[in-house]
Amino acid sequence: MMAHDDELEAQVDRWRGYVLRRQVISSADVDELEDHLRGQVADLRATGLDDDEAFLVAIKRLGNVDAVSREYAREHSDRLWKQLALVPDSTLGASGAPAPRWRELAVVIALAVGAGVAVRAGIAWFDDEGALARNVGLLVAPFLAAYLGWKRQVGVRTVAAIAVPFVVLAVALNVYPFVPEGSTEVLAIIHAPVILWLLVGLAYVAESWRSDGRRMDFVRFTGELAIYYTLLALGGGVLLGLTAGVLQLVGIDPEPVITEWVMPFAVPGALVVAAWLVEAKQDVVENIAPVLTRIFTPLTIVMLVAVLGALIASGGLVEVDRNLLILMDAILVLVLALLLYSISARDPLAPPALADWLQLVMVVAALAVDVVMLTAMLTRIAEFGTSPNKIAALGLNLLLLVHLVVSAWRSARFLRGHGTFSELERWQTRYLPVYAAWAAVVVIVFPPLFDFA
Amino acid sequence: MRIDKDLVAASATPLVLGILADGDLYGYAILKRVGELSGGRMQWTDGMLYPLLHRLERLGHVSSSWGTSESGRRRKHYTITSTGRAALAERQAQWTVVADALRQVWETAPRPATVVEAWA
Repeated sequence: MMAHDDELEAQVDRWRGYVLRRQVISSADVDELEDHLRGQVADLRATGLDDDEAFLVAIKRLGNVDAVSREYAREHSDRLWKQLALVPDSTLGASGAPAPRWRELAVVIALAVGAGVAVRAGIAWFDDEGALARNVGLLVAPFLAAYLGWKRQVGVRTVAAIAVPFVVLAVALNVYPFVPEGSTEVLAIIHAPVILWLLVGLAYVAESWRSDGRRMDFVRFTGELAIYYTLLALGGGVLLGLTAGVLQLVGIDPEPVITEWVMPFAVPGALVVAAWLVEAKQDVVENIAPVLTRIFTPLTIVMLVAVLGALIASGGLVEVDRNLLILMDAILVLVLALLLYSISARDPLAPPALADWLQLVMVVAALAVDVVMLTAMLTRIAEFGTSPNKIAALGLNLLLLVHLVVSAWRSARFLRGHGTFSELERWQTRYLPVYAAWAAVVVIVFPPLFDFA
Repeated sequence: MRIDKDLVAASATPLVLGILADGDLYGYAILKRVGELSGGRMQWTDGMLYPLLHRLERLGHVSSSWGTSESGRRRKHYTITSTGRAALAERQAQWTVVADALRQVWETAPRPATVVEAWA
């Protein structure tokens, strides 16, 4: 009897390994299927079949693994991209197959160099710093969007949907007679990248821009791009620092070459390369993402509570420094990025866990900070009147308030078992374009409204 | 008798929700219950039940929790939610209409002879 059980265990193990190779069936799903298989085997044995027969019949009833995993793939399309990334190009067949690896690499290198050339030309072309700062995003974004669009072979309509707003943005940023170093110019410089990022997102989601799942993929892409970019920047920094050190020791001053030639090519080029890495190696980072969010969520809570305490302890909110408010806005945007990234990294079917409670605590803490800031801003506006900076900050904080309130409400519902996690997910993906719309208002409407001051 | 694939697919959701409305169950027990209810005549590809359950969970119709089986292994139990009950009531109303219409058709039209010969 014991020997028979061993045999069965070995068979079940082999089967598990076989099924787990399908990337769309997670190990929790295989546990569930295994429970089913064992139940079936036990019942069949009770009817008089021996181990082998029972196992064979049970496997057969479970169905063809290919067909079943297709069904899983349909339901869990978020897992499908793992499989896609791992499919070797050769198996896709010759006709209509995606470009071979070397061709993709060539496109990536060409676009990275192109972005570098554009930025270098921009530095040479724009004589004042304000004009360069307004245009640098416009110089880089097309290359990133071009890579993503090329990869997805987007249609003419998508290209138009990206190109038209891009041209409008470019015209506004360059035709408006900004007062040098006025606040509307600074606001436009800060907000333009948000719009550009939406356009890059359009290239990423392409025709399925309505799909919540694809939008979430873009959020994931953004987070992973940030990680890869940081890694590339760190590596590049070390290399550059070492090279510069050696050159200095032998009596060559490397600085002009580094600031004028290396950085203008390396910084935008690394962005395109990072995008390529995210697209090619998705499954590697995916394992890091949940770990990172789990480490940073509690730390962010501590930071928010400390900040809140400091704000309250400092007393009079009217005297709160303007720079402090700007810094706090940056903190809130960071919290939001962390929230989005951790939501995108989470398995939507997993039951509520400690991490979700921590996330709710973080959102509530951010809400408290946001309310304090809104109060401070409104008092400032009542005291000193409006200014473009104050209205822009107020608008952003109101957007954040709505975002955080609904997020808190949805995740509380989910934690109490009244709602699903995908509702929380959907809220994020549907709300995101609002930020770009607001950024567009700040860039396009604010300057004429405030006389380009 | 082999029941048409599309018919099985269409009836799967109300069947699973209806079974869960009677009490929490795990996957294999749900399938056994389907077998009992149909006198063993409704055969599913067992593996297809789980993607269906996961979809119902994503839609919020059922919720799941991991427990342990008698033998101490991990086992996932499914519970119907209030939205699930509402969806079930809705499906029930739809099926009643369909079944009603079919019954009237069966009454007026004679049963096709070939089917009777083949399966009686």
